Amino acid sequence: MEENHVGITVEVNGRPHRSTVEPRTLLVDYLRDDLGLTGTHIGCDTGQCGACTVIVDGQSVKSCMVLAVQADGAHVRTVEGLAQDGRYHAVQQGFWEKHGLQCGFCTPGFMMQSVQILEDNPDPSDEEIRHALEGNLCRCTGYQNIVEAVKAAGATIRSGAETMAVGTGVGA
Amino acid sequence: MAVASPTRAFGASIRRREDPRLITGRGKFTDDMHLANAATAMFVRSPHGHARIVSIDTSAAAAHPGVLGVYTFEDVKGFISGMPCAWPTTNTGDTLKLATYPPLADGKVRYFGEAVALVVAIDPNTAADAVQLVNVEYDPLPAVINNEAAVAPGAPLIHDSAPGNQAFRWSLVGGDTNGALAHADVRISQTLVNQRLIATPLETRCAVADYNPASGEVTVWVTSQNPHIHRLLIALSTGIPEHKIRVIAGDVGGGFGAKIPYYAGEALCIFASKELGVPVRWSESRSENYVATAHGRDHIQHIEVGATKEGKITALKVTAYASLGAYPSTAAPGVPTWLFGCIIQGPYDIPNNEVHVIGVYTNTTPTDAYRGAGRPEATYILERVIDLVAAKVGRDPVDVRRLNFVRKDQFPFKVANGTLTYDSGDYELTLGKALHTIGYTDLRAWQAEQRAAGKLVGIGVSSFVEVCGLGPSSAANAMGFAGGLYDSATIRVHPTGKVTVFTGVHSHGQGHETSFAQIVARDLGVMVDDVDVIHGDTDKVQHGMGTYGSRSAPVGGGALRMAGMKIRAKAQKIAAHLLEVAEEDIEWVDDAFRVKGSPDKSKTIPDCAFAAYMAGNLPAGVTPVLEEQHWYDPENFVFPFGTHICVVEVDRETGETHIKRYVAVDDCGEIINPMLRDGQVHGGIAQGIAQALWEEAVYDENGQLLSGSLMDYAIPKASVMPHLELGHTVTPSPHNPLGVKGIGEAGTIASTPAVVNAVMDALSPLGIHHIDMPLRPAKVWAAIDAASH
Repeated sequence: MEENHVGITVEVNGRPHRSTVEPRTLLVDYLRDDLGLTGTHIGCDTGQCGACTVIVDGQSVKSCMVLAVQADGAHVRTVEGLAQDGRYHAVQQGFWEKHGLQCGFCTPGFMMQSVQILEDNPDPSDEEIRHALEGNLCRCTGYQNIVEAVKAAGATIRSGAETMAVGTGVGA
Repeated sequence: MAVASPTRAFGASIRRREDPRLITGRGKFTDDMHLANAATAMFVRSPHGHARIVSIDTSAAAAHPGVLGVYTFEDVKGFISGMPCAWPTTNTGDTLKLATYPPLADGKVRYFGEAVALVVAIDPNTAADAVQLVNVEYDPLPAVINNEAAVAPGAPLIHDSAPGNQAFRWSLVGGDTNGALAHADVRISQTLVNQRLIATPLETRCAVADYNPASGEVTVWVTSQNPHIHRLLIALSTGIPEHKIRVIAGDVGGGFGAKIPYYAGEALCIFASKELGVPVRWSESRSENYVATAHGRDHIQHIEVGATKEGKITALKVTAYASLGAYPSTAAPGVPTWLFGCIIQGPYDIPNNEVHVIGVYTNTTPTDAYRGAGRPEATYILERVIDLVAAKVGRDPVDVRRLNFVRKDQFPFKVANGTLTYDSGDYELTLGKALHTIGYTDLRAWQAEQRAAGKLVGIGVSSFVEVCGLGPSSAANAMGFAGGLYDSATIRVHPTGKVTVFTGVHSHGQGHETSFAQIVARDLGVMVDDVDVIHGDTDKVQHGMGTYGSRSAPVGGGALRMAGMKIRAKAQKIAAHLLEVAEEDIEWVDDAFRVKGSPDKSKTIPDCAFAAYMAGNLPAGVTPVLEEQHWYDPENFVFPFGTHICVVEVDRETGETHIKRYVAVDDCGEIINPMLRDGQVHGGIAQGIAQALWEEAVYDENGQLLSGSLMDYAIPKASVMPHLELGHTVTPSPHNPLGVKGIGEAGTIASTPAVVNAVMDALSPLGIHHIDMPLRPAKVWAAIDAASH
């Protein structure tokens, strides 16, 4: 272990990782640079944009506001872990169906926050969705289709309908 | 949802083909490129708006463990001495003073955040530490921020090569404006400030350069809207042969104009990779993005209007002071001139108009194109002017718009200054539909009731036409742009009938991988999912000019259409041969060549492709393989138009504006994918509303950027955006191969004046007729307070 480095164990998307990091390493940099999970993005340096949102121990957090050492022993969920058993998460499907993304850069953060919103309340109103997304910034969509995406995902979750298999659904 | 058949492909709201990778975290953005052994570049940036550099001591940084190199202008100037400007325009004699734009400060810093030294280290933390160890001694100078103050006598001189801080003077004149003003029934003078904005794509700029010393080849991953332009400018500015440069702009997280320019940070990654023999990556922080990436807009406009007592505008004279910032960015001089002045009469028949632009240098971040680029600045003038004239003559602003519109029977319509010929339009149509959608008559009655109850409610209308689909190369050259504005397409039909398309335009959120597949699927009679669209890699794609100015669908799409017709023409010969009939005896019906009178006898494009690759049974004179290329140089620009209407309530106690309703009716000609069109309009409107109400790049008098992070620069959140009600009409472009007109910028252009007009309408009972943007609560409250005393 290098001088000043700290050993941590973090479970990410169900897989344990043992690493040594500088104490100042942010969780988002640890995910991107140490684990190669580049689906989580960095859009600012002041905690405003939410592009780096992940779920740590069941709570959505901005991973640029958390040190990697603070995630020692935690369970972290990122965009790479959203699809399960070869099927999209309802939130992923909602964003795709409702054109809830354009450049796609803010999208992983929005989807992780949306997962949190719907886990808290699977039937939120438009106003509740817009309020709960205040910590995430999108420059492309004007948010309208993101709100539609979250509503569609909520409907899918409430109905218990099976989501699309990853690798299908293109061209329709 | 059923899979769209070829005949249904064009015009269908198909889910995007780029989304599966983006929603699973499998996108490949520039900063996701983690090359083995890559070093990290960071910049030492100026803390002053204007200062002489007394000394730079890099020794402590260079000695820091893990630092690979520290460089100043003297070290890099042999590799690159200046950033090129590709639009050195002027039209009033030899007035253009193009200041040298050094990649690192050369003896002087001219804006807050200007790069002074480059540090390269083994990792980001080490680089960040070393940046702190570079000791720069500055001798601060007075700074100038305001565009008019910059050209006033006695202003601090920014460049010795530009006396009086004037970069250029530029004019367009149509008719006899002074004469018409002299004879006008009513005259209005107004000054408008179109404030400085920061584009703020969610992905900042990044670059990764990998120079191979053995082959002399360099691969550069870069956040670019136009990778071939980047390659060209890298070649011209560094001397690296163009064919040794590969530029890759993979997934790009939004551009909005700010990723058009070629920046020093990108060039210096190449320099460092060549110096050090390792890949070098650089990734802006957001705060760095706010000082180092081009800003937009920033005009002060003095306007004189003459009109009849009915409200028919007879004369419009505009004098604009436009800031280039401290240095001329890639396309900067063209934005406040040609992209602004040509369209100065908008959708209106104003026979006498003049526009004069004074381009100035100020101690600010360089400006360049920002979504709409010039056209929002012109539209804002016109739409404010219409409302001011309406108030002056006591008519409804809708009636004044109607009175001044270019009529449907006047197309093609040549503007008074002679620069543009509008291709087609029906401005009454979109206005009428927008009025109907929002229920305008009832709305005015409601407003009267609300006003009677003491509420400040307002209705704002904005009609616009934009010039886009940039554009014919001859026009671009005549405007001083040092490049063509054609675009390219290669369609490769594989032996099995699957198709790969290579386009010279670039997608950074627009969805070309979907919409362009829809174009080709229709033309070739194949399924959308059987067409892959490749863009953003100069080693894969033939030369192209990239994406800006709402040009992708009209120009890139036009090229695809033409290439598709070449495929069809060749395939038709093969089909006739295979069907053993004369070529004129078959016709294209839906998705195949069919024998006239016997439509069950048919050959598809995949049938023809297989024969073309087998090549043993081809008609005489037909070459093997089914692949075609087309370079489409449009004969004219395209001119989308529309009307947006906004309803607001202003809180008398707080000055806060609440948008109650927003209706947008746009006409961008034929629609390739309605869902994507709506998405473009939504996002554009959000950015335009944001200019009206919240966003502003603020400098203090010393040139410090006060709005230098997302804590201080207010881009909209979900909670402040209204639900948008969209409608559309279809008036095809008569000259475009697809009949399309482009939609990427329309929302931004239309929405800003719609919102401002609505707020001014709300405040008009108080005698307030204009407040400059952004209409933040404090400013509006102060105006209400002043009007009440």
